Amino acid sequence: MIRTALLVAAKDLRIELRSRVLLWQVVPFGVMALLLSGLALGPTHAGHSSAGPGLFYLVMLFVALLMINRSQSLESRPGTKASIATLGLDPAGIFLGKSLALALELWVTGVVLLAGAVLVLHTALAGALTALPSIAIGLAAMACAGTLYGALSTGGDGAATLLPVLALPAFAPLLIAGERSFSAALHGGALWEWWVILVVALVAYLAVGVLLYGVLEES
Amino acid sequence: MTGAVEVVRLRDAVVVANGFPLLSGVDLSLGAGSLCVVTGANGAGKTSLLRLLAGLVSLTSGSATVAGIDLANGDLRQLRRRVGWLGHEGSFYDDLSVQENLTFAARALERPVRDIGPALERVGLEHRTDTTTKQLSAGQRRRLGLAWLLIRRPELWLLDEPYASLDDSGREFFDDLLVDVVASGASVVVSAHDQLRSAALTPRTIVLAGGRVIGDDR
Repeated sequence: MIRTALLVAAKDLRIELRSRVLLWQVVPFGVMALLLSGLALGPTHAGHSSAGPGLFYLVMLFVALLMINRSQSLESRPGTKASIATLGLDPAGIFLGKSLALALELWVTGVVLLAGAVLVLHTALAGALTALPSIAIGLAAMACAGTLYGALSTGGDGAATLLPVLALPAFAPLLIAGERSFSAALHGGALWEWWVILVVALVAYLAVGVLLYGVLEES
Repeated sequence: MTGAVEVVRLRDAVVVANGFPLLSGVDLSLGAGSLCVVTGANGAGKTSLLRLLAGLVSLTSGSATVAGIDLANGDLRQLRRRVGWLGHEGSFYDDLSVQENLTFAARALERPVRDIGPALERVGLEHRTDTTTKQLSAGQRRRLGLAWLLIRRPELWLLDEPYASLDDSGREFFDDLLVDVVASGASVVVSAHDQLRSAALTPRTIVLAGGRVIGDDR
């Protein structure tokens, strides 16, 4: 399972490095969305608003949806899907590999957008650094849930629309816990409670994905 | 089919997808080292038959055994590792190079990566190792698919419209390859609109129409 996971993750990351979709499409989209969010708050309010963490996670959600669709589209061409199926790879390994690659891509994007939040939304640098571990865990959980729901929605008509609808219940607790822990890192308050929720969500999505990814692929 | 180990055995095999019958009551036996061409008009069920043999679609009723594995209750993942599938839609990751695609397949199947070079030489793509798959012509992609199968060395080759996009030299090369594959003891099922043209090949020909076998020159 681990061997398959590393193989699939390396393949997805190599495709990403080759196609540069993350660099030239996803990251610029995220930066633009963050910039527009700052402008929507207004120049005098952006630096004082408590909306920074929420806006950061909202933009990360949009970015994640783009990347999940992209990750699943790599496998969903009919010929590719059939050929890869005949490799007989362990579905749990495929799930872990795709989740790992997606998590790495989200972490890179998250660091860029966090820097953007410091610059554009005047989020305090020390608070942003304190929030980094919770952001990393939250994005990893988002990658796992996204890979699972991406497999569920891919191939059907309107997959791009279906994914956010299906994934919303899975993403909602991540967004709430992420935003709360980020706010606590900036303004003080309980941190650990939110971290625990994020870790529990990560473990739950990992376990469900390992168990169910094969069933979703077959269906 | 007599005297040889059965690689494929279908009895009254029915495949229905989304309420639409793809195969209806197909009986078929193939022995090891046999070559079978499945012909028929568009929509006759050629691709569905090959996909059933590859374990890519579910058997609705009847019985089916491929490479000793029961398609109704057996381990389909194990079956898929033992058959080689070459579809007509293209089979690769477009943004990976020829070498990278084959390396991924070789590692997934736990085959030695050193087999890639000879396979590429065999299909005439040895000078295209660093070319991304999306830069290959349709015929070259087909050759890459064959290289993939050469590395896999499956017991059963399932080739869906393999002559599509091949020029005359490509067809000739492909026929030569089939002769070698069959001689090695592997079985081959090819879907095609036409008969195979090589004088060295004497395949069994099955004709499908409406998901049923309407002709078999066995």
